[in-house]
Amino acid sequence: MHRRGVGAGAIAKKKLAEVKYKERGTVLAEDQIVQMSKQIDTFKSHLEEFASKHKQEIRKNSQFRVQFQEMCATIGVDPLASGKGFWSEMLGVGDFYYELGVQIIEVCLALKHRNGGKWLITLDELHQRVLKGRGKYAQDVSQDDLVRAIKKLKAMGNGFGMIPVGGSYLVQSVPAELNMDHTVVLQLAEKKGYVTVSEIKDNLKWERERSCHVLDDLLKEGLAWLDSQAAGEPQYWLPALFSEMSSRDVTPEEANQMTP
Amino acid sequence: MDRFAWTNGLLEMNETLVIQQRGVKLYDGDDKAKLDVGVVLLTTHRLIWRDHKNHECCIALSLSQIIYFEEQAAGIGKSAKIVIHLYPVPSNKEPGPYQQSKFPYIKLSFKEHGQIEFFRRLTEEMTQKRWENTIPQTVSTATGSQTGKTRAVGIVGIERKIEQKRKETDKNISEAFEDLSQLMVKAKEMVELSRSIANKIKDKQGDITEDETIRFKSYLLSMGIANPVTRETHGSGTHYHMQLAKQLGDMLLAPLEERGGMMALTEVYCLVNRARGMELLSPEDLVNACKMFESMKLPLRLRVFDSGVMVVQLQSHSEEEMIASALDNVTDKGSLTAEEFAKLLGLSVLLSKERLLLAEKMGHLCRDDSVEGLRFYPNLF
Repeated sequence: MHRRGVGAGAIAKKKLAEVKYKERGTVLAEDQIVQMSKQIDTFKSHLEEFASKHKQEIRKNSQFRVQFQEMCATIGVDPLASGKGFWSEMLGVGDFYYELGVQIIEVCLALKHRNGGKWLITLDELHQRVLKGRGKYAQDVSQDDLVRAIKKLKAMGNGFGMIPVGGSYLVQSVPAELNMDHTVVLQLAEKKGYVTVSEIKDNLKWERERSCHVLDDLLKEGLAWLDSQAAGEPQYWLPALFSEMSSRDVTPEEANQMTP
Repeated sequence: MDRFAWTNGLLEMNETLVIQQRGVKLYDGDDKAKLDVGVVLLTTHRLIWRDHKNHECCIALSLSQIIYFEEQAAGIGKSAKIVIHLYPVPSNKEPGPYQQSKFPYIKLSFKEHGQIEFFRRLTEEMTQKRWENTIPQTVSTATGSQTGKTRAVGIVGIERKIEQKRKETDKNISEAFEDLSQLMVKAKEMVELSRSIANKIKDKQGDITEDETIRFKSYLLSMGIANPVTRETHGSGTHYHMQLAKQLGDMLLAPLEERGGMMALTEVYCLVNRARGMELLSPEDLVNACKMFESMKLPLRLRVFDSGVMVVQLQSHSEEEMIASALDNVTDKGSLTAEEFAKLLGLSVLLSKERLLLAEKMGHLCRDDSVEGLRFYPNLF
């Protein structure tokens, strides 16, 4: 029976390979791991020094956070990958974003329980609600912070996503299937908060059937409400886009008047 | 490159030319800028670049926008460069050749040499900061008599104090950015080393023990470097994740029982992190820990539904029971939507929907998908 890696022959072979590699100037992986462990210690102390001087900057200054994140991305490091990472432990970046993640989830959960079950909201609205939830003594949080926190939440597979619309984003918190057609209609509706079949046909050059199909989908998902009494042709309103225009939530009476 | 603005190239009052160098190509971060080779001019106030053929094509940025700069030695087939790290774009910036850039730094590539002298002069100018001397040196009228020190009073004095404060803050930020840049350079070395190791592991250059692999993975975790090694000794988990898995195994039993044996992963994330208060888990930490439930023989499982929803469920949780009870409920009421089912069970709409979908998948329920919503009926076929 052959046992791999044991016996005088195998040992000699390994030694030979090592010599061959070393001759060629190739460093072996295990040697590099030793090298890395030394460098890790050095790096850790550099980071500690940096933290002792500038930790406050990260927590207080959202511009600095952006720069920090961009630099990390450029060199291929994700400071938010793990709470056990150096960045998180020593700079406290982790806790800042992970807590923000909790707040985002809670805001979205609360909205879903409301009338209409709103699971698609503008980044603006999310921002306002998160700030409110944090209270006036809490750290300021920017929209860039929210975007990064949401990107991390995606790892938990729960349908958190962001749809680019009108220069900002719509934040989706449920794993609904929104395809390109849905997204494009949402983007079209962004300016006025509603859209009509004609507008879709004119702007996107779709046929009536396709336009109606997408609008039906949006109605089904509870994303669109039909105002069939609008002058001209029926208007499909998108509550998700409302936050700029009317900051109060629709009351149950009003909701009953519109056809969900 | 988005920090540059178009300019006519004429010098301002008090601005003097320090040095110029031809044969310079600009880089947006690591990418070649979509501009030709040109002349770079260093003045007391700005860095100006002009296309060598088309003199109308002229751009500039203020020296005050520079955080930090360094030399990059020439290589085979590569010219020497100076890398310049810049502050974020100011909101009042005039239009320039680039609307936006993903890089906070640019490079000057010296195709006809001259980088040594240029670097020296740039260092001088950045040290002396002669552009700051153009702040008007107005004389303040002192209302009280102060011998010796000149006390700045009056409006001009206040303005000056504000200016000083701003400079101090800028200096703090500037120092922070400088330190940050240097830190990043060191971090980058770690990234490159880890890539080299990962490649060697893949190519089997050397004999790595399992211990060494685990250690390597923990270094990657500490640095936040994505794990390129797909060897599945413990998944992408490390000792840290194994510990976490155990903790979760203890902590989640009661909450799971309360919620019918299943919780959405986002719910778990909030629950656990709220309980911890600090030293929070990242979403990835949670996922990696949950992936280890099975191999660690804990009574919990991570499960991913077709929709992509991730849940933690008790291992004892019976699928058949869940489906049977869903069918019972639907039959009882004639039909149910996910919202109605959720209210009935006291579960989240998300998980209620997943149960109905599962029952449908098994052929016990069928759907009616209309404008009014998605409704489930017992499958009589």
